[in-house]
Amino acid sequence: MNAMPPLQKQRKLSLKERYAHLTRGLGWETTYQPMDKVFPYISYEGIKIHDWDAWEDPFRLTMDAYWKYQAEKERKLYAVIESFAQNNGHLNVTDARYINALKLFLTGVSPLEYSAHRGYAHVGRHFVGAGPRIACQMQAIDELRHAQTQIHTMSHYNKFFDGLHDARHMHDRVWYLSVPKSFFEDACSAGPFEFLTAISFSFEYVLTNLLFVPFMSGAAYNGDMATVTFGFSAQSDEARHMTLGLEIIKFMLEQDEGNVPIVQKWIDKWFWRGYRLLGLVSMMMDYMLPKRIMSWAEAWEMYFEQAGDALFEDLSRYGIRKPKYHEVASKEKHRLSHEVWSIFYNYTHAAAFHTWLPSEEEMKWLSAKYPDTFDKHYRPRFKCWSEMQAEGKRFYNPTLPQLCVTCQIPMGFTEPDDPTTICFRSTEYKGERFHFCSDGCKDIFCDEPEKYVQSWLPVHQIYQGNCGGAEVKDVLAWYHLNFGVDNFDYEGSPDQKLWDEWQAQKASNAV
Amino acid sequence: MTVAAIGRYEFKSRDRLEYFHGNQVVYFHWEEHLMFCAGLALPLPPTMPFRAILSDVLPGCYGTHPDWARIDWGKVTWMLDSRPFKPVLDASLADNHIGHKSLLRFWTPGLQGIDGIPTC
Repeated sequence: MNAMPPLQKQRKLSLKERYAHLTRGLGWETTYQPMDKVFPYISYEGIKIHDWDAWEDPFRLTMDAYWKYQAEKERKLYAVIESFAQNNGHLNVTDARYINALKLFLTGVSPLEYSAHRGYAHVGRHFVGAGPRIACQMQAIDELRHAQTQIHTMSHYNKFFDGLHDARHMHDRVWYLSVPKSFFEDACSAGPFEFLTAISFSFEYVLTNLLFVPFMSGAAYNGDMATVTFGFSAQSDEARHMTLGLEIIKFMLEQDEGNVPIVQKWIDKWFWRGYRLLGLVSMMMDYMLPKRIMSWAEAWEMYFEQAGDALFEDLSRYGIRKPKYHEVASKEKHRLSHEVWSIFYNYTHAAAFHTWLPSEEEMKWLSAKYPDTFDKHYRPRFKCWSEMQAEGKRFYNPTLPQLCVTCQIPMGFTEPDDPTTICFRSTEYKGERFHFCSDGCKDIFCDEPEKYVQSWLPVHQIYQGNCGGAEVKDVLAWYHLNFGVDNFDYEGSPDQKLWDEWQAQKASNAV
Repeated sequence: MTVAAIGRYEFKSRDRLEYFHGNQVVYFHWEEHLMFCAGLALPLPPTMPFRAILSDVLPGCYGTHPDWARIDWGKVTWMLDSRPFKPVLDASLADNHIGHKSLLRFWTPGLQGIDGIPTC
């Protein structure tokens, strides 16, 4: 009689093996259709890939592990959101002025997460190799999740504060939101390799700390535990996204020497576009957080100048140098936030959040952080506005601003070496004039004018009659903004009134 | 075509003159008065006399500034699209060669912001 074969316990697959199974067959070669018809976006940018299998995903995350981790994070996040709501967490923030940072985040950043989801889903479909395709698909799901959880996290504030009611609609229409919107649409309408250089590398790898540290640490410093928890929940995804960003750059550079100048051009372009977009964050750090973490200048030094030096030194062996105009950004670090806050102070009557003049104590902090510029150039301006406000004539700029055709920000940035003179640059294309806020923005236009002549500049669109009417009230109605409620100075706003009532109530209950 | 694209990539400019219902866009900037945070954009008829810009248009834009009332227009210096410029007051914008999306920068000697601070 034959003996029964011994029962063998099935060996568990290693992570590497499971990842190999996950990606097996995804990098297929077509048989009855030519490859370039199935993958039409893969060659026209000029990037040459000789071996897609050279892509190494350092995370090698498999789907079962991915679902498990993400589900755990969701459970924790929603438990915190629930307890935040039950305990009236909004009463524990430092000051209602802080909520304006959330308004900016919800209207400016969350829709970008959704755009990122679409961008990565598209790119994931069009890459030939299985490794980058999987990485992009996972990131697409992450980004969708981020948009969704951000909306859920901040929805609690919508019950109590103004301006948070229609972020998606506002993103497509409100003048200053054309800045983040055009940034992302520029990336999404580029080819797949440029998209990843723009978003994964330049934004998520090089500049991400300048967005997330201010927002999430800012939330922590200012008592917004729901937003902090969202930040924690997203953090592990971000680590993976940063890895994808660096991996794609190295992959392109290692595949073909001819890729180097193309990648460098994209790094230059997307550094400058990303930096301009972050102007919004600079004013949040220096003006909008009632309790401040660090100044914009300090953040720029730590997260771009120091970290960037190390990164670009590492990339120099491929022939990559630091992004063009990085030195201009460093020169601007002592005035960026003041100039951007001034723009919003000028035009708060058309914004979905409030602005205000810094208090004396806050100005002391600004003087200390900006000893060479604040007292000389900006404190006198605040003094003058403050006197006007005291006379009941709060200063609002009555005329719409000229916008930069590339970054779409009002032309309020000064010359790199002269903080008293606005930097005007222009060019002609097919007999028409186009204007820019900087050499960086002008170069980007001149490299691809066909793209930017289509810029949807909110001011010109208003004058063309495409934004609901000619009066501010009509345009704001078209934005879905509640006139007299969501806009104008914080001083005297319904937000302030309600906040002061709550504080008075708190104080009286304590007695 | 400089843009890398998968096919034909030609679009008309979104800011062409004919979209502005008979107006043209003109940009202005009062130098050394950065309380007004950026250059301004105004839709104006090309037939408008330059004098009307000074008397009817710009006061509504800049009039809240204490320096505005003190401007001696005879001394003001102008730049039109990066070139020195002397406006003919009774000629129209078009006859002054101010075109669609032209930029006019002007300096008001003796008036350099509140307390002489050009950022005010």
